Amino acid sequence: MIQHIRENRRLQGFLLILPAMFVMVMLLVIPLTLTVITSFGQRDADGNVIYTFTLENYWRLMGFTEQGWDDLYLRILLRSLWLAVQTTVIVILMAYPLAYFIARSPEKRRNFLLFLVLVPLWTNFVIRIYAWVMILRSQGVLNSTLGAIAGLLNVPFQPLDLYPSQTAVLIGMVYEFLPFMILPIYTSLEKIEPSLYEAAADLYANAFRTFWRVTVPLSMPGIVAGTILTFIPVIGTFVVSDILGGRQVILVGNLVQRQFLDARNPPFGAAASIILLVMTLVLTLYYTRRFGLGEEIAAG
Amino acid sequence: MAEYAVELRNVWKRFPGPGGEVVTAVKNVSLQIYDGEFFALLGPSGCGKTTSLRMIAGFELPSEGEIFIHGRPMGKTPPYQRPVNTVFQSYALFPHMTIGENVAFGLQMKGVDKKEITRRVAEALEMVRLSGYEKRKPKQLSGGQQQRVALARALVNRPEVLLLDEPLGALDLKLRKEMQLELKRLQREVGITFIFVTHDQEEALTMSDRIAVMEGGVALQVGTANDIYEHPNCRFVADFIGETNFLDGKVAEVDTDKARIELPGGVSLWAHTPQRVVVGQAVTVTVRPEKMHIRPNATDINQVTGYVTDIVYIGTDTHYGVVLIGGQTIRVREQNYAADSRLLAREGEEVCVRFSIEAARVLTE
Amino acid sequence: MSAKKQSPWLTLVSILVYFFLYAPIIVLIVFSFNASRTNVVFEGVVNQGPCGPFYWYCELFRNRSVMDATRNTLIIAFTSTVVSTIIGTMAALALQRYDFFGKKVSETALYFPIVTPEIVMGIGILVFFSAVFGWINTALALAPSQRLTMGLGTVIVSHIAFSIPFVTLVVRARLHGFDDRLEEAAMDLGANEFTTFRKVTLPLIAPGVLAGAMLAFTLSLDDFIITFFTTGPGATTLPIYVYGLLRRIVTPELNALSTIWVLVVLIVVAISQWFQRRE
Repeated sequence: MIQHIRENRRLQGFLLILPAMFVMVMLLVIPLTLTVITSFGQRDADGNVIYTFTLENYWRLMGFTEQGWDDLYLRILLRSLWLAVQTTVIVILMAYPLAYFIARSPEKRRNFLLFLVLVPLWTNFVIRIYAWVMILRSQGVLNSTLGAIAGLLNVPFQPLDLYPSQTAVLIGMVYEFLPFMILPIYTSLEKIEPSLYEAAADLYANAFRTFWRVTVPLSMPGIVAGTILTFIPVIGTFVVSDILGGRQVILVGNLVQRQFLDARNPPFGAAASIILLVMTLVLTLYYTRRFGLGEEIAAG
Repeated sequence: MAEYAVELRNVWKRFPGPGGEVVTAVKNVSLQIYDGEFFALLGPSGCGKTTSLRMIAGFELPSEGEIFIHGRPMGKTPPYQRPVNTVFQSYALFPHMTIGENVAFGLQMKGVDKKEITRRVAEALEMVRLSGYEKRKPKQLSGGQQQRVALARALVNRPEVLLLDEPLGALDLKLRKEMQLELKRLQREVGITFIFVTHDQEEALTMSDRIAVMEGGVALQVGTANDIYEHPNCRFVADFIGETNFLDGKVAEVDTDKARIELPGGVSLWAHTPQRVVVGQAVTVTVRPEKMHIRPNATDINQVTGYVTDIVYIGTDTHYGVVLIGGQTIRVREQNYAADSRLLAREGEEVCVRFSIEAARVLTE
Repeated sequence: MSAKKQSPWLTLVSILVYFFLYAPIIVLIVFSFNASRTNVVFEGVVNQGPCGPFYWYCELFRNRSVMDATRNTLIIAFTSTVVSTIIGTMAALALQRYDFFGKKVSETALYFPIVTPEIVMGIGILVFFSAVFGWINTALALAPSQRLTMGLGTVIVSHIAFSIPFVTLVVRARLHGFDDRLEEAAMDLGANEFTTFRKVTLPLIAPGVLAGAMLAFTLSLDDFIITFFTTGPGATTLPIYVYGLLRRIVTPELNALSTIWVLVVLIVVAISQWFQRRE
């Protein structure tokens, strides 16, 4: 037996992957299959699942209800998508300059600057959002600071009404995922050979053109990785919207969570989560086909 | 002890190719390598020489055929149970161990006791002139030094056969020349059979007792450097080892071990025929440039006429490019041995090129 | 990239981004010394009881729920890190070094969880466990006290599942530049497969494995969504506990907790940096 394994590299590889595949089948393939099956089911009065085959849950999500057309759920889907796009774009715009700044710093200082990016990540996800509650609420840090400044300048000040709101959710999302964009972009920027800049300059490109024609294309893998690491969690989360958006901002994540835990309608929640999954996969697939695989995910 | 240190008997190696097709890297190779010999496997990249070496080491198993080490069939014996050690092309020194730990590794695996290990490691490092480097890491050494550590790491185990896979490939020219002599010295000193893979014909000629020239997975010719240079058995070997001229023609007349070959343009010459040929057969005649002369020489029977197209003067020799009447071009190398050597012809001048029957060799393959 | 003179605009923008990253952390720390129990407005430094300004820190250590949650979080993180690091490293070796039946499928399967929204995976696992547990409980007609429920076990298993792909990713990156000749050299020098792995392969990929383990640990510590769906009685983790608090009243205790959290992580990182530098 041992002799057989020793001589057969194919068998060795298979044995090495086996535990991982076992876990993936048990906790990914089977659960997702069950979710799909559930999404075709109905619930009884007690919130138990009855396994049948009905597309009713999907129709309801699309807006067709017994009472007629209702785009409530479609709007939730679109809102989630739009918020994810907004977050990703803002995060790229904020992360790129900082990543560039770190990559161009003296080598000795780079690690420290990167370390500074990581520190906020080490507080807890939920606590970080709570910190934004403290900042954004009507009597919070932001308003009191602005109020104090207004007082000094002697201008009238109307406290900002940011919490709870969709803007607050956006700020929270940007904050949560900014480091996940900075790291991969930095990794890909750091890899660029300095001689390439010199070559570009030698070939008559000015600083601006060098940036657009050399730096940006070569840092694309980092941007792609960062986008995957930002967009997917944002579109699926319910915590940030729950805490910073109050009851106003309902996203797909919130919808799914409430169907499972409050409304006790697992089939409907399952259908919503399958829609969310399909939407994510289609977008990721399109995005990675278009821009290449984000090899730098490992850096995050 | 068997007669041969290593013997390959009808060895084949097939790999699955990238597109699912089968690639045959080694085709029916049989080799006998004597005990204490410095043996070279020579050929261009992809000729199967490294695969052959890796099969002797046990990193690859032959698809067919058998490999014997001192008469013992190796079968599926794993590398760690074979009485051979390898010096890798990239040296493969363990980066996380010191030089001393690297050299001691094999002895530790064998379970040699600690005192003995310390003694033998010191001895091995002294042999490659790296005493006192025990505590350094491979990264801190130059390429040449790493190369010597790799040698010490293999030799310290006193293998029956030492396998070397292009060990000098990464070194610069000057260092390579030095190491060639060094390797030769070491081999004599330890008396171990060395099998050496290289694509550099000069290196093979310099160092080896015998050479196997490989091409396309086939061992074309095995012999001493002199054998291979003077008596190549095919066009590839003649071309790969040293510089040579090829003249294509047809057999016009056959004698016992020579034949008259007619070249295009009506020229004909006599050449030695190691293999049987028949009248009318298309053959190639090979003549080394240094065996051709522009200078008059009474013993040379073959005479062909042509015009000098170019002259390259390199001090010890002068090379003349000559285009023959039939349109074939040859190169002639004249040694400048006279106290005051002058050019023997000018460009455009008509010359008569002479050479002996023995210098011309008919190749049928 | 070479170090060059940075443009002042770039420097300014970078400082602003750093400020954005740190403002919430600073607020968190400052408010952990707040005298106000409701923690909305900073009403001066607390000075109460034997701990003085560290009043909320002492309160924190007296809070049993926090201590339980901390213990649970650490148990889950340690266990899932160890298991997922081993399984993930094995998978990385298989994918990077071997050819075998089903390699493409395995590769996709291990990439999938990275691009799946966590909530989908959480829901799936929830559905799965409730179905399996329900089936077992009915089939064996277990008494209510013996029934299988969600708890530490289900959380740990789920954390293992979502950590494996990340560990594999990190270890594979490390294996990418690995020179196969080093293993051949070890075998050539008489080491069998096992010894070769122990003496050559493992020491060389150790930094990658360690990085993978660190990532798995961080992911587990920080995870909220999957834990939220797979947790049960007696398996409250810190993130879940904090989330529960946010829906009620929050005292500066929570700030004290996060301050300690950051400090602990900083110390751990400093120690590991110190070890790395000694290497």
